[in-house]
Amino acid sequence: MRARVRTLGPFAGATLLLAVVALLAVTQGTTAIPLSTALAMLLDRLPFISVAAEAPESWQRILFDVRLPRVAAAGVVGAALSYSGAAYQGVFRNPLADPFLLGVASGAALGASIAIVSPLPIDSYGFGWVPLFAFVGACIAVALVYALSRTGGLSNNATLVLAGVAISAIASGITSFMLLTGGPRTFPIFSFLFGGFNTASWPRLLMALPYFVVGAVIVLVQARALNVLQLDEEQAAHLGVDVTRTKIIVLAAASVMAAAAVAVAGVIGFVGLIVPHAVRMLSGNDYRRLLPLTAILGAAFVIAIDLVARRALAPQEVPVGIVTEILGAPFFLYLLRRGRGGSL
Amino acid sequence: MTAAAPVRPPLLDVHDLHAEVGGRALLRGVTLHVAPGELVGVIGPNGAGKTTLVRAVTGLLRHSAGMVRLDGVPLETQPGRERARTMAVVEQLPEAPATMLVRELVLIGRFPHLGLLGRESARDRAIAGQAMARAGCEALADRMLGTLSGGERRRAFIARALAQEPRLLLLDEPTAGLDASAQGEILQVVRTLADDGAGVLMVIHDLSLAAAWCDRLVLLHDGRVVAAGAPAEVVTAEHLARVYGPYVTLLAHPETGAPLVVPAVR
Repeated sequence: MRARVRTLGPFAGATLLLAVVALLAVTQGTTAIPLSTALAMLLDRLPFISVAAEAPESWQRILFDVRLPRVAAAGVVGAALSYSGAAYQGVFRNPLADPFLLGVASGAALGASIAIVSPLPIDSYGFGWVPLFAFVGACIAVALVYALSRTGGLSNNATLVLAGVAISAIASGITSFMLLTGGPRTFPIFSFLFGGFNTASWPRLLMALPYFVVGAVIVLVQARALNVLQLDEEQAAHLGVDVTRTKIIVLAAASVMAAAAVAVAGVIGFVGLIVPHAVRMLSGNDYRRLLPLTAILGAAFVIAIDLVARRALAPQEVPVGIVTEILGAPFFLYLLRRGRGGSL
Repeated sequence: MTAAAPVRPPLLDVHDLHAEVGGRALLRGVTLHVAPGELVGVIGPNGAGKTTLVRAVTGLLRHSAGMVRLDGVPLETQPGRERARTMAVVEQLPEAPATMLVRELVLIGRFPHLGLLGRESARDRAIAGQAMARAGCEALADRMLGTLSGGERRRAFIARALAQEPRLLLLDEPTAGLDASAQGEILQVVRTLADDGAGVLMVIHDLSLAAAWCDRLVLLHDGRVVAAGAPAEVVTAEHLARVYGPYVTLLAHPETGAPLVVPAVR
């Protein structure tokens, strides 16, 4: 019984935290909705439950068409980036690996820039060409990195990272060139590069959702192999893990999750690094616990960060990527200093 | 040159094994076998091919010619998890996160026995507990790996290997870097494992320890077997002079008469 509480305790705590943060986020904004009213409005939408909520019609639209999709997008993207970061760190056996290590961010930025500069219509609220190009750009970048780093059948970690650095540099170089020569038409690229949820919508989120779900399940199936990979790769092979296959599967699934996250919200750095690290300190290194906990807390973290991004300088919005850097980095340093230390 | 055929069928049967790395031939026709209950030591100077032999036998290095049979089955036809249920390997310098607990490490040894999504059962935990008891590290179960001494760490990794319930154990230099007393303790653990029925192939540098603890020895030099058989037949003045040159001296243990090899004294 006690062991059960110890196993489920962190999950219950994390879920409660996520619920509180999400509720807070949907009530706060230019129009503040009282907590009790928001709760009543939300419960009323659930099947078989009817709660009389005295709320003006405009609140319905604000809550369900503006804030809820935004909070949902922030939650899903936060979960995906954190989860994918934890998977990358598992494969590279390095707490400094993040989901952008193999070119997801720069590939996505280049794809988005091409869509923005091209004569295709920029429709920021619908499905849109920009997220689609960003997603494809990210996937091409990672595939290129993997293909280039393959020497003699087995992909070596150092070669992978170096190929990632090189491909990222090429993609960023082309993106910068397009920014410099493209004129005012290219300005939307900046909002993509800094990331944010101001263009969040239900259709865009639903389009990306399958990639998150399928990617997460594929990585979770490899959780036990990731546990074994915490030892060195030779021991993992001796224990019966097909190391190369596991690495390819996990990196491909995690990269697709990160690519979909970037397509929804632009480049939000640091989340994939900081959240898994914090969760490791709370719950240890068992990936079967680490991965789901990372997703829940990653969602809560980015929803909170987005709330700050909306409210800190209201009515002006700060790009979310900038807030994660300014607030996330000191928090990360704090964790490093008070934590068990030795892991870096 | 070759030892008498074992009474029991061999667990590990290595026949005329050749392997090369980067075009350089490191193993040139190695033949040896390990039967259940047998502790076989692989000795030889640095660069003789001892670690290459371990890598080839465990499948990390593909051999270029010859045959490795594990319990009668050719190594390369066996899926990794199945192989890991028969054979466990303890490398020379195995790595693991410094914050991992000893019991977490040992439980990872159950991996080849579990389904892809299966959780460790009470039985798995009991087997891990027995493995720690046999390796003499029960008392360390809740210690982090980063806090262990060299000998304690070696025991923890041996326990991880035992949790696989292997019938064949491969140990690469289990006593390297340990003080004399810890070396003896580790070898006692290994000896008991063989006496309890496991086949053990152990790479070991120290010729005196090898001769004292092993049932048979295989002396490698330049990727070839120079001598194989009972310790007294392998550790001889003639073989030592041929393989190690003039810088070692062969003595006899004052009580047991077993070979004692010491570096030449000026």
